[in-house]
Amino acid sequence: MEVLQFMIDNQEVIGERALEHLSIVFVAVAIAIATAVPIGVAITQSRLAADVVLYAASMLITVPSIALFGLMIPLLSPIGHGIGYVPAVIAVVLYSQLPIIRNTYTAIIDVDPALREAAIGMGMSTLQRLREIEIPLALPVIMAGIRTAVVMNIGIAAIAAYIGAGGLGTFISRGISQSDPRQLITGAIAVSLLAIAADLLLALVQRLITSAGIRREVEA
Amino acid sequence: MEHLTKIFGSRERGIVAVDDVSFELPKGEICVLLGPSGCGKTTTMKMINRLIQPTSGTVFIDGEDTSAVDPIRLRRSIGYVIQQIGLFPNKTVAENICVVPDLLGWDRRKARSRAVELLELVGMPPATFMDRYPKELSGGQQQRVGVIRALAADPPVMLMDEPFGAIDPINREIIQDEFLRMQGALKKTIIFVSHDLNEAVKMANRIAIFRNGRLEQFATPAELLARPANDFVANFLGSDRALKRLALVSVAEAMLTDFEIIHEDDPAARAEAALRASGLLALPMVDAEGRPSGMLAQGDVAQTQATAAECSRPVHATVQISADLRNAVALMFAQDMPVLPCVDQEGRLKGILTWRSIVRSLSVRGADS
Repeated sequence: MEVLQFMIDNQEVIGERALEHLSIVFVAVAIAIATAVPIGVAITQSRLAADVVLYAASMLITVPSIALFGLMIPLLSPIGHGIGYVPAVIAVVLYSQLPIIRNTYTAIIDVDPALREAAIGMGMSTLQRLREIEIPLALPVIMAGIRTAVVMNIGIAAIAAYIGAGGLGTFISRGISQSDPRQLITGAIAVSLLAIAADLLLALVQRLITSAGIRREVEA
Repeated sequence: MEHLTKIFGSRERGIVAVDDVSFELPKGEICVLLGPSGCGKTTTMKMINRLIQPTSGTVFIDGEDTSAVDPIRLRRSIGYVIQQIGLFPNKTVAENICVVPDLLGWDRRKARSRAVELLELVGMPPATFMDRYPKELSGGQQQRVGVIRALAADPPVMLMDEPFGAIDPINREIIQDEFLRMQGALKKTIIFVSHDLNEAVKMANRIAIFRNGRLEQFATPAELLARPANDFVANFLGSDRALKRLALVSVAEAMLTDFEIIHEDDPAARAEAALRASGLLALPMVDAEGRPSGMLAQGDVAQTQATAAECSRPVHATVQISADLRNAVALMFAQDMPVLPCVDQEGRLKGILTWRSIVRSLSVRGADS
């Protein structure tokens, strides 16, 4: 009851923090898409490159987020962004690489070789093949990677509150330091709801941008 | 004139997939590359559109060296059909058909109307099928779309890699017939890979038989069946190859025409004379319109007082002169008729088939070719 009352009393702050939170995650994931999708496509050309890149991205994701934030303080301090929004975004960009690269790579590698052969045999260039056939067919799996990245990073961004990046994590960190369960629970619930809502929204986007010709198979 | 000569010899230590193969295919003909799996027939085909680069040797299309052409431009000018069909699942039927026209930068409306035309050609109502996705088509329909997609930009040359391999036998026959009808009008130069001898005999103007990357024989189906070049080819064709040749000869080519026509009201004596002159066991009798109305056998015309009609037996079967000998022989077996009347579209008697005439026509063809 107390928690509910706290939520109602602090609606505006919660909204503000949620927006901060989303801005970290969405800006970062947008950057990550811009880097990871091309990387995922590029490494389909070489088995060795794929192994190296996927291994590196896997190592990256095993670094605990709190340690990554700590590492970035000395690295980014010279440009005046040791703490706050910028390191939070960078961390999320890095964590998003693995799910997006891996899904993009896997999805494109898994495109039916017969389709690839048909496309080449009909005279498509590599870029046309990617644009017309391989990326559209890989899209549902790439989107799944993006959704994984978003949901995972909504959780990680909560920790960014410790480096002053704001967001819903602020409620959690204050709840812990002030031994205030109301703030703690509010933060936790809000983060969860945000993750669920973002996932559903992206599922809708995925449906809209997937060709009707492959839609049913993917959802089945 | 169309020259398609391919010389390919691998000097590598690796596996020699195709070894020094040369042949020339006239424009507008279907050439079936035939052989057991791993014999190099598909590799040979893929070197034509340079999906596989020849180690050495040259392919000429219409006198032009294809290695001098940009491979992407080359492929857009060659229709390509693969066994797995390879329709793009993210594109509609119309979009699939328009892939090459779009790549060539055709006007959208022109490409669409081409798709309509092609769908009509294979009996798929465009209004129903244009906007469907491949998964909403049956196997046979997908195969048809796969073929017309390759025809979309009207390429003079088509490569087909076991295009009907994935279809059930009944539909395969239908699609083969449909395709031959289309080819009759389109006159494309077609390289067709198959491992099915019956399909090859049916479709091909010329057959190239491969083994271990070598071209064993390149010949017309009739020549191939009549005179296999070596034991491998003979074994591959099978000991029943004489029967397969039956499919290549039409009734009109094999029937006898130099016999006396017996009419219903002729006296039996005349019929008997005709029979004796022909040396056959039986002869057909015709009615006023020239249609076979009965069979007269040797023992039946002994009663010299009667007319031919009174001595005749019913005609169990006749065969169209446009049919092939396989059908005729099947009828002769099934109906136990050593003499089979051959009729035209209107049912008028044009000739007769006997076992001897069939054997003779096969041996004549063997000697000709």
